[in-house]
Amino acid sequence: MIRLERRTSQPRWLSVAVPVGSLIVAFAIMAVVLLASGHDPWSTYRKLVEAGFTGNGALSATLISATPILFTGLAAAVAFRMELFNIGAEGQLYLGAVGGAWIALQLGDRDAGSTAVYVVAMCVAAAVTGALWALIPGVLRAFANTNEIITSLMLNYVAGYLLTYLIFSSSSYWRDTSTLQARAFPQGKPMPPAAEWPTFGSSVVLPLGFVVGLGVAVVLWVLYARTRFGFEVSVIADSPRAARYAGMRTRRKILAVMALSGAVAGLGGASQIGDFTHTLDGSPQGLQAAAFGYTGIVVAALARYNPFAVCLVAVLLGGLLNAGFTLQGVDFPSGLVGVMQGIILFCALGGELLIRYRIRFPRRTRVTTDGEATPEAV
Amino acid sequence: MRGITKRFPGVVANDDVSFEAASGEVHALLGENGAGKTTLSNILTGLYRQDEGEIELHGRPVRFTSPRDALDAGVGMVHQHFRLVAPFTVAENVVLGDHRHGHRGFVLRGRAIERRVAELGEKYGLGVDPRSRIWQLSVGEQQRVEILKALYRDATILILDEPTAVLAPQEAVALFGTLRAMAGEGKTVIFISHKLKEVLAVADRVTVLRAGRTIDTVAASTATARSLASLMVGREIDEARPLEQSRPLPDVLSLEVEELTVAGDRGGAAVRGATFSIREGEIVGVAGVAGNGQRELAEALTGLRRADRGTVRVCGKVLRSGDPRAAISAGIAHVPEDRLGTGLAPSLSVTSNAVIKRYRRGLSRGPFLALGRMRETALAIIRRYDVKTPEPSTPARNLSGGNLQKLVLGREFEGEPRVLVVAQPTRGLDVGAIETVHAYLREASSRGVAILLVSEDLDELRALSDRIVVLYEGEIAGEFEAGEATIEEIGLLMAGGRGS
Repeated sequence: MIRLERRTSQPRWLSVAVPVGSLIVAFAIMAVVLLASGHDPWSTYRKLVEAGFTGNGALSATLISATPILFTGLAAAVAFRMELFNIGAEGQLYLGAVGGAWIALQLGDRDAGSTAVYVVAMCVAAAVTGALWALIPGVLRAFANTNEIITSLMLNYVAGYLLTYLIFSSSSYWRDTSTLQARAFPQGKPMPPAAEWPTFGSSVVLPLGFVVGLGVAVVLWVLYARTRFGFEVSVIADSPRAARYAGMRTRRKILAVMALSGAVAGLGGASQIGDFTHTLDGSPQGLQAAAFGYTGIVVAALARYNPFAVCLVAVLLGGLLNAGFTLQGVDFPSGLVGVMQGIILFCALGGELLIRYRIRFPRRTRVTTDGEATPEAV
Repeated sequence: MRGITKRFPGVVANDDVSFEAASGEVHALLGENGAGKTTLSNILTGLYRQDEGEIELHGRPVRFTSPRDALDAGVGMVHQHFRLVAPFTVAENVVLGDHRHGHRGFVLRGRAIERRVAELGEKYGLGVDPRSRIWQLSVGEQQRVEILKALYRDATILILDEPTAVLAPQEAVALFGTLRAMAGEGKTVIFISHKLKEVLAVADRVTVLRAGRTIDTVAASTATARSLASLMVGREIDEARPLEQSRPLPDVLSLEVEELTVAGDRGGAAVRGATFSIREGEIVGVAGVAGNGQRELAEALTGLRRADRGTVRVCGKVLRSGDPRAAISAGIAHVPEDRLGTGLAPSLSVTSNAVIKRYRRGLSRGPFLALGRMRETALAIIRRYDVKTPEPSTPARNLSGGNLQKLVLGREFEGEPRVLVVAQPTRGLDVGAIETVHAYLREASSRGVAILLVSEDLDELRALSDRIVVLYEGEIAGEFEAGEATIEEIGLLMAGGRGS
């Protein structure tokens, strides 16, 4: 029998050795899968690294994949740090996109402002709508003690349908009804050109959204490591009873952390339309199929809720996602790409267990019974 | 049971304990908290294994390796905390884990089980609908289900651990009837309690345990509450040693509590109309058997629990109820019963824990923490109160119990409180740490801090208190000035023996 025992201390070398070990295990398992399906593992791995990071333009594409999951990863990390399991970054990101698109279209109607005005306005609007959406489960949790995992998760579907409704099932402000073609094939109104977020760099293109994400990570780190707010969050996370005993206002903190988490996810929505799509994408096969919010949870877990680690993991995972798109082709089915991504995530998350727990194989003790005959207990 | 010894790391819970109970007898195990009653019954039901000694059932030696062995041998137990599955029905709970009858293969024979449960209920006066679900039942009814579980498995020996702790007086009387009926059937009932009146009401014989040893077995008919109390409490009782002499205290009231009524976790009042006051520098001890409202009283005074009625004044000013921050700013410090978890955040550093109440004042600049000053404050507490920790950054949970308590005390004293509420300050500590904690409490009192000391350790109360109030079922059953009362009288009041 195998038993898991909680480690009393976590040696520092483990936090490096375990992820590296997990990756090696993942690649070994993948090699078996690849061989079985008739592919050469070595060349596949080379292509993977090339398509994700080293190839021409690969890093730029990777950063595009990394940007949304950087935001949702930070959103999840912020809430999880207080043991508040906001699974709703997905929906909060949609709502951020809705809010960001609204302000951009409004500014466009008034022919107002430079790109800087657009960027700031879109960020503020998206953060506010994301935060308000997150406050629904937040208020329920703080005042009715409902399970925020369930409520925030369910609201993702509501947000998804709302998005689809705005573009496909209504003549909403966001829907493009200017041309006949647009009326037949629903799509969002195009943003004014000034609302397109700038990029940096030439050989490697760095989207503004990614830079904003890095800034948010720094702010969050300072907030959690250096402020009274962060101190209270860490006490509440560790022992809500101790927090109450010390006179902390736990209810307010739940609301604040939920709002903060939703705001960060909302920023991801603004970045998505500002950096990439330049319109509100209501299609169930578009933004909703990307599942950035759920991927963000994985990012946060792998980064162990550390904002800086989230940045790193987002880029690595972005590379993996991006390489997946490049790898798949006639002789390389997309299912196999999914299997590879799954194996890597599975091993990485499984390795986490080894950091917190040690595995023991206790020897079975012989059980003796004298006196009355008793059936063997199984 | 003969010569039973059970050691846990650091303590001997049972030291050469022996007793015997006959068929058709209600046998009581009487003792204070920590006397080893529960350990003994856990051995008898196969949860623990004894280090030494042997158990004989109906004249044959047995050795249980699991609770199932004990069940199969006919030993049933009703635990203090019920082991029932709330969404299941009574009948389902009764057959849960029973591998002998009631089902063939996978199929539960629901009807037959329900009929048998109903029959048993009628026979022993344990009326409860076999089809109702556990969560719908009152605590008293749930206890009946636990007894039915044992009876359904044809238990010949039934052990009940503090069964009346959760019952209303009338329910307790009904339970005693059931137990007598079972004894009348030739079954053996082992009744664990620390309440003298109950033991005298239901038992044929009483075995008294103290500090893990058997003191004596006496017939209930020849015993009195007073004689049992002295057996239970121990040595000094014969001398009727008085409390320490009272000392002069200033006539300034630091804490005034008036008609305080506080609800418990199960609903119903846990503290009923308590009225008392503490002078500056006075130590008032609260004696009582666990679960008589001490915890709720301490929590109400420190804002962790909202009071239903009554007022609390600190230095004349009325305290907002149910607000820990208001209590802290009014100058109430609290050393909670649960050090690690309530008093301290286990995974956070010693430094963080040292400033957990003070980070708001003086240890931050605007929204930012002054990490340097936090560390200095922590180091000062570590030094002054001799907290042994490898590093100030060590997680609190890695500290020993004594050092945890020193950290909590140090932090609370540094806040310069007017009133200190201390609950079980030395529980689980070794002798050296106990002396240190006592010294700190005396020192605080000499600086004028009014102290409410809740403890189950009568020696501790006697050593420290200027005055002792006894809580019984949430009411103040008695109040003694230092030097006025004997341990024996206190013990009697604690056990609810006011009239006897």
